[in-house]
Amino acid sequence: MGKRIGMEVAMAVAEAVGLCNIDMAAVYPITPQSHIAEHLSDLVANGEIDAEFVTVESEHSAMSAVIGASGTGARSYTATSSQGLMYMHELLPIASAMRLPITMAIANRAVSGPLNILNDHSDIMPQRDSGWISIFVENGQEAIDMSIIAFKIAEHKEVMLPVNINIDGFQLTHMVEPFEMPSQEEVNQFLPPFVPHATLHPAKPVTMGAFAMSDYFAEIMKAKNEALKNSKKVIVDVWNEWAKMFGRAYKPVETYMADDAEILMLTMGSMGETAQMAIDELRAKGVKAGLVKLRLWRPFPFEEIKDAVKNAKKLIVTDRAISFGGPGGPVFSEIKSALYAEAQRPLIYDYIYGLGGRDVPVGDFIGMFERVLADTANKLVDTYEFWGVRE
Amino acid sequence: MALKSWRELPTGCVVFEPGSASEYHTGSWRSQRPVWNNSKCIKCGICYVYCPEGCVQQTEDGFFQADMDYCKGCGICAHECWPRAISMVEEG
Repeated sequence: MGKRIGMEVAMAVAEAVGLCNIDMAAVYPITPQSHIAEHLSDLVANGEIDAEFVTVESEHSAMSAVIGASGTGARSYTATSSQGLMYMHELLPIASAMRLPITMAIANRAVSGPLNILNDHSDIMPQRDSGWISIFVENGQEAIDMSIIAFKIAEHKEVMLPVNINIDGFQLTHMVEPFEMPSQEEVNQFLPPFVPHATLHPAKPVTMGAFAMSDYFAEIMKAKNEALKNSKKVIVDVWNEWAKMFGRAYKPVETYMADDAEILMLTMGSMGETAQMAIDELRAKGVKAGLVKLRLWRPFPFEEIKDAVKNAKKLIVTDRAISFGGPGGPVFSEIKSALYAEAQRPLIYDYIYGLGGRDVPVGDFIGMFERVLADTANKLVDTYEFWGVRE
Repeated sequence: MALKSWRELPTGCVVFEPGSASEYHTGSWRSQRPVWNNSKCIKCGICYVYCPEGCVQQTEDGFFQADMDYCKGCGICAHECWPRAISMVEEG
């Protein structure tokens, strides 16, 4: 049996990774991820886990080290945030193209400039097209669970893709929360040993990451895209397996009071919990409001999103990043494109909010609902606004 | 060799056959080829040393030639050859 503990989420993530029989980790510390790096290196240094902790000099080296290690068949882990993730950027599509099942935690933080260490999603959004499985978590328990589950998804023989787990910086990483930590026996039972599709070994030479020109490049891109699309089935299966074993169920898209809702809000990450409180208040006032939480960002769950919003009249998408000079937030443009061909779809609105760690209390979510409900002439449909920005 | 479909590619495009890069004839990229004038060649081997492709070979009589399957026509051998024994000639 797992045990109930209270701990800071970042440290608990390192504890959870420590249960996963990793062979190596290469983690460069960066706020607000540092406590993952520190605690994991403590676990290795104290001999609590038998793994190599590579003290790299940058995030570029961290990602390079886990790519190399994963190529040898080692279960490999890293974690980063913001500028560190930006520095890893050029290596991310290489890891996925080589089909290396690396697992990475991202303590989401605003990207400079100006320099800001607090939470939003502007670090992960530019990595969207890197070919990684991308999962968002809402609280500490989910951060722990996904940190273990991610290895099983990544290493599944029909997946073999890297996974990033998005954990809101500070809002989640630095919270002390009560949660259930699975036992070593339970994790051993859940997580089978890593069986790589190929390994770098002098006894049987192979080449990984070989050169490819125009005669093969398109075929390779298509194969990678199909692999990522097909991973959704395995992700759902593994989540169901986790639910059976641990009683905590996860889905690509989760809903709250959405079945009869006339107006829906869509959130990603930790904002879901605050938005849920706003829904309760609105329901108490007689507003048929509901919530849609997007947990799986890549592969994008098109069918699940269509199903979740099909009965609503209005849908408020919320974004914690902006595509400058583009269609609004990246989530907004994705949702619009997912629903474009639907005969019956809600009117869609977008609020860009919580940038650079700005607090978004319950009243702000209620304010967004009220503003959209007041838009009876549909003037704001298909537009985006910066919520709470000083004019 | 018939080109494979996307379905036939090995996971992660791992190459399991060692040394198979030799099957890729990079000489098809060439627009100029090196031509040795053996009357000027002093057999110093600087072309052999500098060839980035490793495709310059010494023949039994001690002179040098490039393997045209792999020579990309970069001209480094001609540039480095101080007796000026190598000239770069346009491919037909």
